Amino acid sequence: MTRQMTGAKMVVQALKDQGVDTVFGYPGGAVLPIYDEIFLQNDIRHYLVRHEQGAVHAAEGYARSTGKPGVVLVTSGPGATNAVTGLTDALMDSIPIVVLTGQVPTFLIGTDGFQEADTVGITRPCTKHNWLVKDPEDLSGRIHQAFHVATNGRPGPVLVDIPKDVQFATGTYTPPEKARTLHYQPKTKGDPEAIEALVELIEQAERPIFYTGGGVINSGPEASETLREFVDTSGFPITSTLMGLGAYPANGKNWLGMLGMHGLYEANLAMHGCDLMINVGARFDDRITGRVQDFSPKSQKVHIDIDPSSINKVIHVDLPIVGDVGSVLADALILWKSRGSKTRADSIQKWWYQIKEWKKVDCLAFTQSKKTIKPQHALTRLEALTKDHPKRYICTEVGQHQMWAAQFLGFNEPNRWMTSGGLGTMGYGFPASIGVQVAHPDALVINVAGEASWLMNMQEMGTAVQFRLPVKQFILNNERLGMVRQWQELLHGERYSHSWSEALPDFVKLAEAFGAKGIMISDPADLDDAIMEMLEYDGPVIFDCLVEKHENCFPMIPSGEAHNKMLLGEGAPTQDVIGTSGAVLV
Amino acid sequence: MSALKIKKGTSRHSAYDLRDPHAETEERHTLAVVVDNEAGVLARVIGLFSGRGYNIESLTVAETDHTGHVSRITVVTTGTPSVIEQIKAQLGRLVPVHDVHDLTVEGASVERELALFKVSGNGNDRIESLRLAEIFRANVVDSTLESFVFEMTGTPQKIDAFAELMRPLGLVEMARTGVAALSRGMD
Ligand SMILES: Cc1cc2nc3c(=O)[nH]c(=O)nc-3n(C[C@H](O)[C@H](O)[C@H](O)COP(=O)(O)OP(=O)(O)OC[C@H]3O[C@@H](n4cnc5c(N)ncnc54)[C@H](O)[C@@H]3O)c2cc1C
Ligand SMILES: Cc1ncc(C[n+]2csc(CCOP(=O)(O)OP(=O)(O)O)c2C)c(N)n1
Repeated sequence: MTRQMTGAKMVVQALKDQGVDTVFGYPGGAVLPIYDEIFLQNDIRHYLVRHEQGAVHAAEGYARSTGKPGVVLVTSGPGATNAVTGLTDALMDSIPIVVLTGQVPTFLIGTDGFQEADTVGITRPCTKHNWLVKDPEDLSGRIHQAFHVATNGRPGPVLVDIPKDVQFATGTYTPPEKARTLHYQPKTKGDPEAIEALVELIEQAERPIFYTGGGVINSGPEASETLREFVDTSGFPITSTLMGLGAYPANGKNWLGMLGMHGLYEANLAMHGCDLMINVGARFDDRITGRVQDFSPKSQKVHIDIDPSSINKVIHVDLPIVGDVGSVLADALILWKSRGSKTRADSIQKWWYQIKEWKKVDCLAFTQSKKTIKPQHALTRLEALTKDHPKRYICTEVGQHQMWAAQFLGFNEPNRWMTSGGLGTMGYGFPASIGVQVAHPDALVINVAGEASWLMNMQEMGTAVQFRLPVKQFILNNERLGMVRQWQELLHGERYSHSWSEALPDFVKLAEAFGAKGIMISDPADLDDAIMEMLEYDGPVIFDCLVEKHENCFPMIPSGEAHNKMLLGEGAPTQDVIGTSGAVLV
Repeated sequence: MSALKIKKGTSRHSAYDLRDPHAETEERHTLAVVVDNEAGVLARVIGLFSGRGYNIESLTVAETDHTGHVSRITVVTTGTPSVIEQIKAQLGRLVPVHDVHDLTVEGASVERELALFKVSGNGNDRIESLRLAEIFRANVVDSTLESFVFEMTGTPQKIDAFAELMRPLGLVEMARTGVAALSRGMD
C-alpha cells in the first residue's frame, strides 16, 4: 500500500493518519507547498494565529485540555524563532506538541539563505527531540515518529524541520504502522518489588501525604480516577502542585489545596511534618521545596515518575518507582486491596486533627473593601458564578493573578486548568485559551490574566474574533507588574523599578476595535452583574476589572526558606524577611 | 518514623544505585553512550553537558556499527555521585540514546587513548627523548634531523606522564584522541 506523493502532500496525509484535525499556524515562503495542500482538503482545520508564539501556546492549550498532541505549522527563519518561547514552555511543562517548520531548500542550507535559521540547532535544547528531514523518503516516517516521541514517556515538544525542496519532491508515503519504530520506548510499568514496598509503607504510615503533580494529568483521566480511589479509601490527605490541579477534586474531602511558595498553609505544614510522602508525578520544583536542606526532614519519600532523570535530581528519595503514574497506582491499589486495604487508622485520625488545626489559620483570608475590588474577591465571585458550569476551562497568564486563580478557583476534573508553570511565560494564557476553545467549542473558556501579561500576546484578539471563539479574557488590572512589584516590596526596599504598567490601552475600546465586546468595572457593587454580562455574551470578551493596585499574594514562603517559615496574609511582616541567599532564588 | 522501613534491595531494579548522595567528593567516571548515528546527536550530547553545567574531560565518538548506524560516544566526566547519576539519567532520556554504560562502576574496564608528540631538539636531549620513548613503548612515526613525532597508546595517565617527561626535552606540540573504553570480559 505504498504511495507516491509530494512531500507537502505527505505532511497532510501523515497528520490525517495521526488523527489530527486541528493545526495552528502561520504561513510563509518556506511552507507554501504545505499550505497549498491544506487549501486542497477539508479534514484538517487550520487556525491562523497572529504570531507564531501564539500558535504554540494555542497548541499547548489544545493538548492540555484534550490529552491529544497539539500541532503547529510555521515558516522558516522568523517563523521558527518566534516559536522558541512556546517550545521551551511546552518542554518545561511536559506538553505533547508537534511543530512543523519550513526550511530553505537543502541546497541553500548553510549559505545564509533568505529566511534561513539553524532551526534544529536553535531548538535542540528546547525540544524533546527534533529532526531536519533532507530526503522525501524519510519525511512521513519522521512525522509519525515525532508523534510517538511527543506522546510517549514524559511528553514534550517535537519539531520536524522540512526544507522547501523536500516539500516539492516526490517520494514514497509511509503509513504510521509501517514507520520504523524508534529505540525510544520508555518503560511504563513499575517494578513490582518497589510497588510492594510502597504498599508496605502505606500500611505503616502514621502521617502520610500524597503530593501529586502534572504527571497525573499527563498520564490521562484514568490515572486521576485511580488516584481518587486510592486517596478516598486510604483516607490520606492530598496536596498538589500548580500543574496537577484537578487530578483530585477540589471539593474532595481529603483535599488540602495547592502546596508550594504560594500554596496553602495546611498543605505546606503537612508536607513538612509528614512521615510518608508519596510523590505522584511531580518533580520537586524549587517553588515546592524551598530550602532543600529543610524540606520535609522527617519523612520517607516515595517518587513515582516516568522520567528517571526527575528522580533524585533535587531531593533524594528513599523509594524511587520509575513508571507511568496510572499503571503504578493501579498496580499498587490492587496489591494494597488484596492485602486487606490496611492503614493505621488511629494515627491517621490524629494526623487529621493536626491538619485541621492548621486549617484554622485560614491562610487565604483577605481584607474586603467596599471601595475597590480586591483581586481575591473578583476570583471568589467568578468561582461562585461559574463553578457549576459543566464545561468550565480556566487558563491563566503569569503573575499574582495566576496564583490567586490557583488558590480561589476549584478544579474538580483534570485537564480543566491550563497554566504556564515551569517557564512562567507571560503571554501564555490568551493563546492557550484560544486552543482550548477550538478543542471544546461549547465550553466556557476563561483566561484569568494580568494586564501586563495579557498585552504580550494581545494580537490574538484577531484570531478569537475571526474564528468566533467566545473566550473570556478576565483581566485583573492592577496597573502594575504585580508579582514583580511584590518582590520589590519584599526584597528591594519598595523601590518599584519599572514595575508599572504605564500607558495602558482602553481595553473596552480595544475590544471594540477588534469587533469584540469590552467590559470595564471598578465598583465592587457591580461585579456580579458585570461577570454575568461577560458570561452571557456569545463571543469574545475583554473584561477589564480594575483591582486594588498594591495587593500582595499570600501565603508565601520567602524563597530560600523552609516550609514552616510561611508569611501569612495581611499584617504579616513584609520588610527584610528574605535573606540574601534566598534572594538569588527569585 | 522508625515504623517506616523499606525492605533492603527494593530499589535494586530501579534506574538507580542509591549510594550516599551527600558524599560530596568528586569522582571521575567513564561513560560509554551508544546512540543512533543521526545528524546532530553529538551536538545533543555536548549541549546536554554544557547546558546543565556538567564537565567533559574527554570525549570521543565514531560509528561502531555501520549497518545499524550506531555510534559509540565515550565521555570521561567528573562530578559528585549524585551529579554522575543525573548525567546518566539525562543521557539515558535522549531519544537517540540506546544505552548508557558507566564503565567505572560496571566492573573492570580497559581505557586507552592515542597521542602524538612532536619533540624538537638536538644533542643529549634528542637522545634522551628517544630513550624515554622506548621505555614508554612509543613509536617514532616521523623524524627529521632536529625532531621526532612519537605515537603512543595508553591510559590517559601514562600519556600525561610521558608528556611531562618530554616537556623539558623540547615538546612543541601534542595531539590526543580522548579516551576509548570497553568493559573487560565476555560482555
Ligand atoms: C509565578 C509562579 C509561581 C509559582 N508558584 C508555585 C507554587 O506556589 N506551587 C506550585 O506547586 N507551583 C508553583 N509554580 C509552578 C512551578 O514553577 C512548577 O511548574 C510546578 O511546581 C511543577 O509542577 P510538577 O512538580 O507537578 O511538575 P510538572 O512540570 O508537571 O512535571 C511532571 C512530572 O511528572 C512526570 N511525568 C510526566 N508524565 C508522567 C506519567 N505519565 N507518569 C509518571 N510521571 C510522569 C515528569 O517526568 C515530571 O517529573 C509557580 C509558577 C509560577 C510561574
Ligand atoms: C515573558 C516574561 N517576562 C517577564 C516575566 C517576569 N514576570 C513574572 S510575573 C510579572 C508581572 C506580571 O504582571 P501582570 O501580568 O500584570 O500580572 P500580576 O502579577 O499583576 O497579576 C513579570 C514581569 C515573565 N514571567 N515572563
